[in-house]
Amino acid sequence: MQFNSLSDFIAMGDYGAYVWSSVAIVFGALAWIVVDSVMLKSKTLKAIKQEQERAEKIRQAKQQNSV
Amino acid sequence: MSKHPPQQESHSNIQLSYSSAFKSIVKREFSLAWQKPAQIIQPVVFFLIVVTLFPLGISPSPKTLQLIGPGVIWIAALLSIMLSVEGLFRQDFHEGHIEAWLLSTVPMPLIIIAKLLSAWVISCGMLIVFSPLLAMLMNIAPEVIPALMLSLLIGTPILLFIGAIGNALTVSLNQGGVLLSLIVLPLYIPVLIFATAMLEAASVNMSYVGQMSVLLSLLLLSFVMAPLAIGAALKNTVN
Amino acid sequence: MWKWLHPYAKAEVAYQLCYKLLPYFSWLSVITLAVGSVWGLAFAPADYQQGDSFRIIYFHVPTAILSMGAYTSMAICALIGMVWQIRNAELAVYAIAPVGAVYTFLALVTGAIWGKPMWGAWWVWDARLTSELILLFLYLGVIALYNAFEDRRTGARAASILAIVGVINVPIIHYSVEWWNTLHQGATITKFAKPSISTDMLWPLLLTIAGFMFVLAALTCLRLANQIILNDARRPWVKALVERELSSVSMSKASK
Repeated sequence: MQFNSLSDFIAMGDYGAYVWSSVAIVFGALAWIVVDSVMLKSKTLKAIKQEQERAEKIRQAKQQNSV
Repeated sequence: MSKHPPQQESHSNIQLSYSSAFKSIVKREFSLAWQKPAQIIQPVVFFLIVVTLFPLGISPSPKTLQLIGPGVIWIAALLSIMLSVEGLFRQDFHEGHIEAWLLSTVPMPLIIIAKLLSAWVISCGMLIVFSPLLAMLMNIAPEVIPALMLSLLIGTPILLFIGAIGNALTVSLNQGGVLLSLIVLPLYIPVLIFATAMLEAASVNMSYVGQMSVLLSLLLLSFVMAPLAIGAALKNTVN
Repeated sequence: MWKWLHPYAKAEVAYQLCYKLLPYFSWLSVITLAVGSVWGLAFAPADYQQGDSFRIIYFHVPTAILSMGAYTSMAICALIGMVWQIRNAELAVYAIAPVGAVYTFLALVTGAIWGKPMWGAWWVWDARLTSELILLFLYLGVIALYNAFEDRRTGARAASILAIVGVINVPIIHYSVEWWNTLHQGATITKFAKPSISTDMLWPLLLTIAGFMFVLAALTCLRLANQIILNDARRPWVKALVERELSSVSMSKASK
């Protein structure tokens, strides 16, 4: 451990604001892109489902027209 | 009959020789531009207006103008080309020429080069002709004007080639304008850097051969690569 | 080797491979990032010149390196997709691009935050900063171009072409900016002298670099899997998959 106390660690030799803000931004952005990528799956599944239903409706409509 | 060389006789009559295909495309481009002279005039007017904004926005003092002049003229030229390039393949796309090119026996890069070269003469020729006038407006020393024209002569075709890639990629989109600038402007940066560096060297009476050769090599690179990329992009929009 | 690789060009196999690899990449990224960050922030010795502010290096350097690495791998995927007509490679272009853009953004922001105490300014037109900014523009162009098309396939191909054009330009941009910078700025910026970094500083750095690499790999797997099923939406295997996944989601909701 390079720091004697927790307050020393947070102060980062007077550079605390810079170091901790960059840590926060880096992990914030990483969390955002991770969440976005994970959420993408359910979004994609729903989009595919909709697309399939639409295609099915179009197919049925065509069949009815031809009859 | 005797007018045709014997080699062509063996092919089918429809097949064009490469040089006649090249010539016919160039001819068509020029006649189209002749019918719509706005295509030639508007980029030049835009070029003039943008340059006019800088003394108004920054400072009219001759010293400042001399300092920023080459950069301003180059940025204005760059924006003007970016705008004029937007319509490069649009008509061909909507009228189905691109499909015809893809189906013809003439190689696509040749057609594209013919189009680009005529587009360069049409839309950039006037910029180069008018650049001395702008140089005087920006208080640029007369000795620098040949270098300015030379840099535009070498640099504008590069900008046109890169811009044409962007246009070929976005031609099927309804509102490709902003997207085109987003795609194309980052790729313009090296040209801007070396062209203005060339003028900076010229303005302190130094040799600018080095910067000019870099620009020339960029020109060669874009001349070789751009038609390939444009061909692939156009093929993609049609399929 | 081709015989071995070929099945992975099939969409279903590639989809399953993505989810097979995902847990490994995820755990490796969590472990390396956690150990590397804590080590770097708390245990690595302070720099004798920059004090504790140098600890930003553990986030700045990995994101900067991998922003370029991601762009290169994106362009390689694009090239494979264009030359050999392998669709999964085309799809990978758009799977990598957003992650690469985030890394580029982070490299810029951490660079700016680091620059403030060191150079006294948030932004200086340093060669590396400038070319990193241009790299961000290139990423945004690829993403915007992909999204502009109604047809996903056309968008993916257009984005691939742009990625290839971009990767040819990246070294040109980099060297032109570097050369421009030396021309204009001279000695006003003292570039970080890159001395042989001591090993107690280097280890955590290597760990965070590995960590960001695994994050990139994991996210690429996740996003690529989505791209694959989206692209194959009409195929029976995707239909079956969607039924299975959606019903399991609704069942888990019902059981709650």
